[in-house]
Amino acid sequence: MPYPTDYRYTREHEWISVDGAIGSIGITDYAQNSLGDIVYVDAPKVGDSVTANAAFGSVESVKAVSDLFSPVSGKVTAVNEELKTAPDKINENAHATWIIKVELSNPAEVSTLLDAAAYEAFIAEETKS
Amino acid sequence: MRYLPKSDEERRQMLAEIGAKSIDDLFSSIPAEYRLDRDLIVPRQQAESEIVEYFRAAGQKNATDYASFLGAGAYRHYRPVVIDALVQRGEFLTSYTPYQAEITQGTLQAIFEFQTMIAELTGMDVANASMYDGSTGAAEAVMMAVRVTGRSKAVVAATVHPEYREVIATYAKHQGLPTSLVGYDTETGRIDLKALDVAVTEETAAVLIQSPNFFGVIEDIPAIAQIAHAKGALLIVSISEAVSLGIVRPPVEADIVSMEAQSFGVALSYGGPFCGVIAAKEQFLRQMPGRLAGQTVDGAGNRGFVLTLATREQHIRREKATSNICTNQALVALMATIFLAVYGKEGIRELAEHNLAKADYAAKALAVQSGAKLRFKGAPRFHEFVLQTEEAPAVWSGRLLENKIVGGIELNRWYPELHNCTLWCATEVVTREQIDTAAKVLAAQPVEA
Amino acid sequence: MTKTTDHSEARPAGPHTLGKVRPHPSQNEALLFEKSSPGKRAYKLPPLDVPAVDSATLLGAAVRKTPGLLPELSEIEIIRHFTRLSTWNYAIDLGMYPLGSCTMKYNPRVNEFVARIEGLAEAHPYRPETLSQGILEIFDLLQRCLLDITGMDAITLQPAAGAHGEFTGILLTRAWHESQGNARKKILIPDSAHGTNPATAAIVGYAVENLKSNSDGGIDLEALARQVDNETAALMLTNPSTLGVFESQIHKIADILHTKGALLYMDGANMNALVGKVRPGDFGVDVMHLNLHKTFSTPHGGGGPGSGPVACKAFLEPFLPTPVLVRSQDGPKGCPDAGDWEDTNAEPTADGCPPLFRAPILKPDGERVGDTEPLSLHPFGGPLHWNYDRPQSVGRVRAFYGNTGMFIRALAYTLANGPDGLRQTTEDAVLNANYIRKKLEDVYELPYKTASMHEVVFSDKRQAARGVKTGDIAKRLIDYGFHPYTVSFPLIVHGALMIEPTESESREELDLFIAAMRSIAREVEENPELVKTAPHSTRVSRLDEVQAARKPILRWRPASE
Repeated sequence: MPYPTDYRYTREHEWISVDGAIGSIGITDYAQNSLGDIVYVDAPKVGDSVTANAAFGSVESVKAVSDLFSPVSGKVTAVNEELKTAPDKINENAHATWIIKVELSNPAEVSTLLDAAAYEAFIAEETKS
Repeated sequence: MRYLPKSDEERRQMLAEIGAKSIDDLFSSIPAEYRLDRDLIVPRQQAESEIVEYFRAAGQKNATDYASFLGAGAYRHYRPVVIDALVQRGEFLTSYTPYQAEITQGTLQAIFEFQTMIAELTGMDVANASMYDGSTGAAEAVMMAVRVTGRSKAVVAATVHPEYREVIATYAKHQGLPTSLVGYDTETGRIDLKALDVAVTEETAAVLIQSPNFFGVIEDIPAIAQIAHAKGALLIVSISEAVSLGIVRPPVEADIVSMEAQSFGVALSYGGPFCGVIAAKEQFLRQMPGRLAGQTVDGAGNRGFVLTLATREQHIRREKATSNICTNQALVALMATIFLAVYGKEGIRELAEHNLAKADYAAKALAVQSGAKLRFKGAPRFHEFVLQTEEAPAVWSGRLLENKIVGGIELNRWYPELHNCTLWCATEVVTREQIDTAAKVLAAQPVEA
Repeated sequence: MTKTTDHSEARPAGPHTLGKVRPHPSQNEALLFEKSSPGKRAYKLPPLDVPAVDSATLLGAAVRKTPGLLPELSEIEIIRHFTRLSTWNYAIDLGMYPLGSCTMKYNPRVNEFVARIEGLAEAHPYRPETLSQGILEIFDLLQRCLLDITGMDAITLQPAAGAHGEFTGILLTRAWHESQGNARKKILIPDSAHGTNPATAAIVGYAVENLKSNSDGGIDLEALARQVDNETAALMLTNPSTLGVFESQIHKIADILHTKGALLYMDGANMNALVGKVRPGDFGVDVMHLNLHKTFSTPHGGGGPGSGPVACKAFLEPFLPTPVLVRSQDGPKGCPDAGDWEDTNAEPTADGCPPLFRAPILKPDGERVGDTEPLSLHPFGGPLHWNYDRPQSVGRVRAFYGNTGMFIRALAYTLANGPDGLRQTTEDAVLNANYIRKKLEDVYELPYKTASMHEVVFSDKRQAARGVKTGDIAKRLIDYGFHPYTVSFPLIVHGALMIEPTESESREELDLFIAAMRSIAREVEENPELVKTAPHSTRVSRLDEVQAARKPILRWRPASE
C-alpha cells in the first residue's frame, strides 16, 4: 500500500499530515494490520497537551494494547469522535482516519520525521527481522 | 499412590522410551548440593478414612451446636442444598478459567447471569465476575476511583468494617494515596455528614462508605453522594451484607459498589473463600478490575459468551493493568448465582424481611430484658445492632458460652470509645427460642461467687 | 429381500470422530431470566417465629421500592439450567488439560467432602478462639507442612490467590528494605514472566525493569550482574521458568542479588516440579508464594477460588501480615491420641508422651536418617491463638484469615500423599512432560534444547511456514477431545505451545494426546485449512471477540428496556 508522500511518519507507526499550524495524526496501515481488528481508542481530550515522542493514548485490539506516540508537541484541538463508536474505521482506511488534531507548538519537529520513502524502508527492515 | 495413574512398569517403560536411565536423570539440572535427600517432614500417607476422621475430629473440636449472634462482615444464612449439588459437578468444579470460550460456555453463561443479577440488585450498570472478597474489593474500588479521577486522596468512613479499612491502608500505602477517616454521629451511628463535608476536597478521588455500615446502620446515601459529587469525588459504597439488598434501597447514587456476596449461599468457612464483586456505572467500565463476561455471536449466528475487555487485565497490560488479579472466586460466584436463582425476585425480599424481623425482635428482647441500652436508635438498621451493657462483655459472654450461645462481638477492640458495646446479628436461621434464652442469660444477675 | 443392516456404514469416520472423541448432542439452555415467570418459586422459608415487621415503617426512606429483576423459577428448572450449562464445559474430570504453569491436576473428592464438615464449614471467623481450635490446628499443621516443603522459616496463609501472594511477598520485601533505610526503586522481572509479576510490582510502587533471558531461556547472569544495583529491591523469579527449565545457576543468581542487598522472590507457580526433590529455601530464595490451586490440588472452579500462601526466611517474619498464628507454651499439655503411627523409637519423649507420633525421616532408597520432631496429626502443647501485636507488620492484605476452605483441601491432599506420595507426584509430573517432549520433538520445533522439568515449550515455527499458527493448532486440539495448551506464552518464544501434563495423566491419556498432536501436525501438511478453521465439533465456534470488545454487552436486559 503506498504511503501518502505528503505525510510524515514516526518509527512507532504514527503519521502526521500538516495543514498550516494544525497537524492531523493517525496510525499507519502497517500498524493497523499488525494490531488486527481495533476495538477501542483511548484518546486525550481537547485542550490536552502532547509532547513529541511521548505517549498520548492507546489503541486496543482484542488481545493487545499499543501506546500511541505523538510525532509532535502541541495542544489537542480536535478528537475524532467517530472512533468512539466505530474504531474499525482505522482498519478500513488508516491513512484517511485521523485520531487527534494538534496545534503545533514547534513546527520544526515535523522535518525530523521520516518521509514516505524512509518509512517504507523502515518497515521493510522490520518485516525482515 | 491412588491419585497417580501409573504402574511402576509403565514408569520404567516411559523412562526407557525417553532414554533416561532413572528418574534421577530427569532431575539432574538441580545442582546436587540442593537436592533433598530425605523425606519431607509431613505426616505419613493417610487412608481416606483416616483423612475423614482427622477433619471430623477437628470439626468436633470446633463445636457445632452453638447458637450464634455473630455478624460483622460474615453472615450465617441457610444454604439451599441445590447449590452444592450443582457446584460439585465436575464440569463446574474442575473446569479452568474460560479463556477457551468454545468449551466453557457453561461457566461463561453463568458468569453473565451473575453479572446481571449483581447489577440488578446494586442498581449499577455493570458488574464484574468477582473479586477475592469485600475487603480487597473495597481497596480495588478506591484504586479504580483514583484512575478514573486522576486525583490522589480518599476519604473513608470510620463505620466501614475495621478490617476492610486495614486492607485499604495496606494497598494505599504504596500508591501515594493518603486516606482520611471521618467519624460517626454518636446518636445515629451514621457517618458524620458535617465532618464529611469538611474532609472532601477537590483532591478527593473517592468517598468510601459502607451501608448497612459496621454497626448495622443504613447510611443516608443520597446526602453522602451529594457531598462527594459536589467536589467531583466518586462515591464508593461497600456492602458487606448482600441480603440487605432484598429490602434496602440500592445505592443508585454511587459510582462504584464493592460488595461481599458471601451471604448469597457461601459457607462461613472461618472467613474464606468468600466472594467480592465490583459493580459500577457504565462510564467507568474500562477502569474496572477483574474479569468480565460479554455476550456475542459466533460464525453461525449462535449467541455465546466470552471473556472480554481483557486489555484491562494483567496478562496483556502487565504493569499498567487495572489490577494484578488473575484467579478470582468463580466457583463461589456460581454458588451466589444459584442462591439468587433459588430465592429469585420475591424470595430475596422475603428473606431480607425475615432477617429484619428477627433482628428487630432480638434487639428489643435483649435490650429490654437485660437492661442493656440499644445504641444508634436514630437511624434505620438491617439485621445487626449495637448493645451497650452494664456488665463487661467478658463477664456475660462467658455465661452465654456456658449456655452454648455465642453472643455479639465486642466493639472496643476497634472502637475504644464504645465502652461495653457489642455488635449482634440475627439472621433468619436464629430462632425465637435462641433469642429468648440469650436474653434471659444476658439478664442474669452478676455471677455468684 | 431381507434388509441387512450394515453397521459399518452407520458411523462413518470423519473429521468429527477423532481419537477419543465422538459427537454427542448437548441441550440448549437460555438465560435464567428468559425462563422466568412471575409466581414461580424454588424457595420456601419457614414461618416467622417472631412478629412480622413492616419494612417501610422500620426503614423509612431506606426501604427498597422496586425489587431487583432476579428470575422466578422452580427448583427443577434451576437444576436443569445449571446441569445443561455444565455439559458445555470441558473439565479435568473429563480429560487432560495441557495448560502450561497451571498444573491442572486431579481435584480429589475427599477434599470436597472434608471441607463441608459442619464444624469447619460453619465456623464464623470471629468465633471465640476456644471454640475454633479445630480449625486453628488445621492452619497450624498446613503451615508446618508447607514450611518444610518450601524450606522456609515463616509463613502466612492470608493471601487469596497467587497474585495476592505476590503482592504480599513484595510488600514484605519493601518493608524489609525500608527497615534497612532505603525502600529502593525497582523490581527486576524476566521477560518470560507471567503478567501478574509486573502488575504486582507496580501496585507496590516499584518500577519494573525487564531482564532479558539468555539463549537457553534462563537468566542471563551477566545482564543480571549489570542491572542489579543499590536501587534494586528484588528479582521476581519463576523456577523452574515458564519454559519448564530449572535455573541451575540459581545460587549465582541469589549471590548477585544478595551482594547488592537485593532479595530473591520466587513465584511458586511451578512448584509441581520441585516438591519433595528440592526446596526453594535451600537454594537462596528469601520469599515466595505458593498456589494451592495449582500444586496442592484445590479445584479451579472455572477461575477460582485459589489461595496464595507466602513463605519467607526468618528475617522477613516480623513483617508478615497481621495476625499470625501462635501456639501458647502454657496451657494444658497432653499427649496426642495414639494412632497406628509407626513406632520409631522406644524412648518416650521429654513430655512423657509415647513416641508413636514421630515420623522416620527416610532417604528415597528407604534408609532411615533420623526422626522428626513430633509433627503428627495430633500435636500437643498449648492452644493456638491469633497474635495481633505485630508492630512491624505490613498490615492486612484481606479481612479475616485466608481462604480456609482451600487450606482444608490442600491439607487433605498432603495427608493423602504423605512424603513418598508427594515425591512420587513430582517425579511423575516431570516424567510425563519429558515423555511428551520426546514424542513430539520430531514434529514440533523445540526452541530451547535445555532439559525440561514438568512442562515443555514448543514453537509453531514449522507449522507457521504453512500458514498455521499455535492458536489454530490449539483450537484443532479441541476436536480431539483435549483442552488447548497455553498459547503464545511465554512471550520470548514466538508462537509458543506451552504444555504441562501434570502427574494426573495416565500413559493412555498421554498417548492419546501425543497421537492427537501428531495427527494435527500431519493435517497442517495435508489440509491446513482444516486446522485454521477449527474447532469443528463445538456448540459454538469462532465467537466474535471483536464485537464483544467494541460493543460490550455485559448483562441481560429485559426486552422492554
